[in-house]
Amino acid sequence: MEKQMEEVLESIYQKSVAHGDNIITVLQNMQNELGYIQEEAVYWYSKRANIPASQFYGVATFYSQFHLNPRGKNIITVCSGTVCHVKGAQRIVSKLKEELKLKDKEQTTKDMNFTLENVNCVGACSIAPVVIVNEKVFGKQSPDKMVKNIKPYKE
Amino acid sequence: MNREITVNVCMGTGGIAAGGEQVMKALKQEFEAAGIKNAKIMENCKLHKVGCRGFCARDVLVDVTIDGETSTYQYIEEKMVKRLVQDHVVGGKPITEWLVGDDYHTFHEKQTKIVLHDLGKIDPESIDEYLGVDGYKAAQKVVAEMTPEEVIKTIKDSGLRGRGGGGFPAGVKWAFCAANESDQRYIICNADEGDPGAFMDRSVIEGNPHAVIEGMIIGAYAIGSSLGYVYIRAEYPLAVDRLHTALNAARERGYLGEKLFGTDFNFDIKVKLGAGAFVCGEETALIASIEGERGMPRAKPPFPANKGLWGKPTIINNVETFANVPPIINKGADWFASIGSEKSKGTKVIALTGKIRNTGLIEIPMGMTLKEIIYDIGGGIEGDKLFKAVQTGGPSGGCIPQQYIDLPVHYEGLQSVGSMMGSGGMVVLDETDCMVAIAKFFLTFTQEESCGKCVPCRIGTKRLLEILTRITEGEGRKGDIELLQQLAEDVRDSSLCGLGMSAPNPVISTIKYFRHEYEAHINQKKCPSKTCNKLLTFFIREHQCVGCGMCIRACAVNAITGEKKQPHHIDQDKCIKCGSCFDACKFNAVLKE
Ligand SMILES: Cc1cc2nc3c(=O)[nH]c(=O)nc-3n(C[C@H](O)[C@H](O)[C@H](O)COP(=O)(O)O)c2cc1C
Repeated sequence: MEKQMEEVLESIYQKSVAHGDNIITVLQNMQNELGYIQEEAVYWYSKRANIPASQFYGVATFYSQFHLNPRGKNIITVCSGTVCHVKGAQRIVSKLKEELKLKDKEQTTKDMNFTLENVNCVGACSIAPVVIVNEKVFGKQSPDKMVKNIKPYKE
Repeated sequence: MNREITVNVCMGTGGIAAGGEQVMKALKQEFEAAGIKNAKIMENCKLHKVGCRGFCARDVLVDVTIDGETSTYQYIEEKMVKRLVQDHVVGGKPITEWLVGDDYHTFHEKQTKIVLHDLGKIDPESIDEYLGVDGYKAAQKVVAEMTPEEVIKTIKDSGLRGRGGGGFPAGVKWAFCAANESDQRYIICNADEGDPGAFMDRSVIEGNPHAVIEGMIIGAYAIGSSLGYVYIRAEYPLAVDRLHTALNAARERGYLGEKLFGTDFNFDIKVKLGAGAFVCGEETALIASIEGERGMPRAKPPFPANKGLWGKPTIINNVETFANVPPIINKGADWFASIGSEKSKGTKVIALTGKIRNTGLIEIPMGMTLKEIIYDIGGGIEGDKLFKAVQTGGPSGGCIPQQYIDLPVHYEGLQSVGSMMGSGGMVVLDETDCMVAIAKFFLTFTQEESCGKCVPCRIGTKRLLEILTRITEGEGRKGDIELLQQLAEDVRDSSLCGLGMSAPNPVISTIKYFRHEYEAHINQKKCPSKTCNKLLTFFIREHQCVGCGMCIRACAVNAITGEKKQPHHIDQDKCIKCGSCFDACKFNAVLKE
């Protein structure tokens, strides 16, 4: 393991001892620092803290916030709440998948520029369907509008 | 000319998405520009960041108040700000064509606002504005002048019931918790709000976070707790920010921390971010999640009021439940009990959405009819479509058809027709919404969110979803409806927690009221609402087709052919019925049947 990563993990460990952090908080810190939950990091931490790696895996796979794979530079989140659904969110997802050449369950583009995800509800139903790119919220979208809206993120 | 000028900009999530920040920036610039000419305008001018006022469909909403006269503008964009400031603020002439119409006023007149009373009026980031509307007065009165028993009695007498779904009387729950001998008790505010289609709790925290904090202080005093938690979805960054701002301000002023209001009562609140699991809204799962475990529910009893967080007696209430508490203390239990219906007191905040003209956040007295909500407040169905059903209670609720349009909305009313209040989401569906597809949508959600601990929910929801999927794809079999009904009842009766117990509700209620739609899918292989693409045929109406080629480009499987400016044609053997051509056509030439 790289020395740098070891230092990061050590500091997360020290902090967790000081604050009494639980597994969720440790994983949140890990993801903030490393971008996603890396297998190698979990094994290292599990030895250090003397907690079975399976416990980390159990928690990390339970919550949708944790990512076990690296994610793209830009995150496109399509809201799939009830209202977005009846107003055509699924068609936006299909169009974006086609546009980004993502197959089946793939979420991240090969060049690591985009990750396409969905979220249960962002609570902005009055402007459905809603898509969020990074932190920017796009309301009243259509498949075509969205294709245009992601253009600026393509560099 | 010393005029008092206030400009309010709607900056909820809806407002920001519609460009609220740009409007705000432009306003500041324009005021500065105008201020050079007439410095007095700037003198009393405040730029407010107000939270959601509920009429999100018309964002960005801007109020201009000059000497107490308020004009409300709708659909304001950055480029309109210059004229707004010039004509109205400088020139004193409101721009009539940009003002909201009559429906904005009827939208508000029919409502009774307790929880939403100050939303959209005060700056949620300023504790002083909350104090200006009698904020923290109730907490002060409770902590300094009342005994915990008196507080609990007041809440009991008010008839306040939990707004998170179950409708359990809040005062009774507090009394249970207080009765337990323990060195520590905890109080938790449930702001997980995972239902698709619900945004009440988020709006309340974004628009008036101090009211929730004050409600928690009162609850903590009543049960004898020194530490509380707010468990809030990480997907709500604005709400989380505003909550932190409010907590810090409250701590600075001594409303949280040690020796509150000069007494020996200590209380503070921590924030825990939900990591994205619907089931964590269930109270025992939520507790497991705060403890750092997988958020799985456990069997009850013991109830959290007896054995909750870290094994200590714990009260969990919903955001809206807490927000009702300060007004009850201030105005009295009798006042609250005089609002609403016999068994459901007070009001309910509802996220009114879907195929309706005025979508947004509303607050109604319990017992108002569906008809009043949908037609008087909601302004009726969007476009010229026909009403089909209203879905209440999110994935745990059901679809209510036209025949029950006069049904009063309260806990018992909704339950009597197989739906429920849930957290208060209301999605209006029109004739183009397929009820089988709606049931499938909710089952997709619950199946994915099932935590996997108990078998009926884990496997039952999966099988229900499989059957619904095959029906919507034209593979439905004879007997599927009966099979769904049987399985739905089994899952409902044998699941461990509320998720599994209520997951079948969308299936049961749609079969009950829209059985003919299921039959059409299974027997005739037809989707009457033309939603289920697999059951449709797409073709191009020659006389309407201008031959622009949009559909050819949209088609992923090259099923469409045709010369430019000549009518195009879809090859049915190649068509995969994805509907892309239908979306792409600007001339209504693609038909689905
Ligand atoms: C699957 C599931 C999800 C729930 N989600 C929420 C939620 O998001 N917010 C909430 O306040 N209550 C939710 N509840 C209800 C809580 O378990 C609990 O009853 C409620 O927070 C109690 O507060 P109240 O009495 O003030 O309503 C959920 C229940 C279940 C079974």
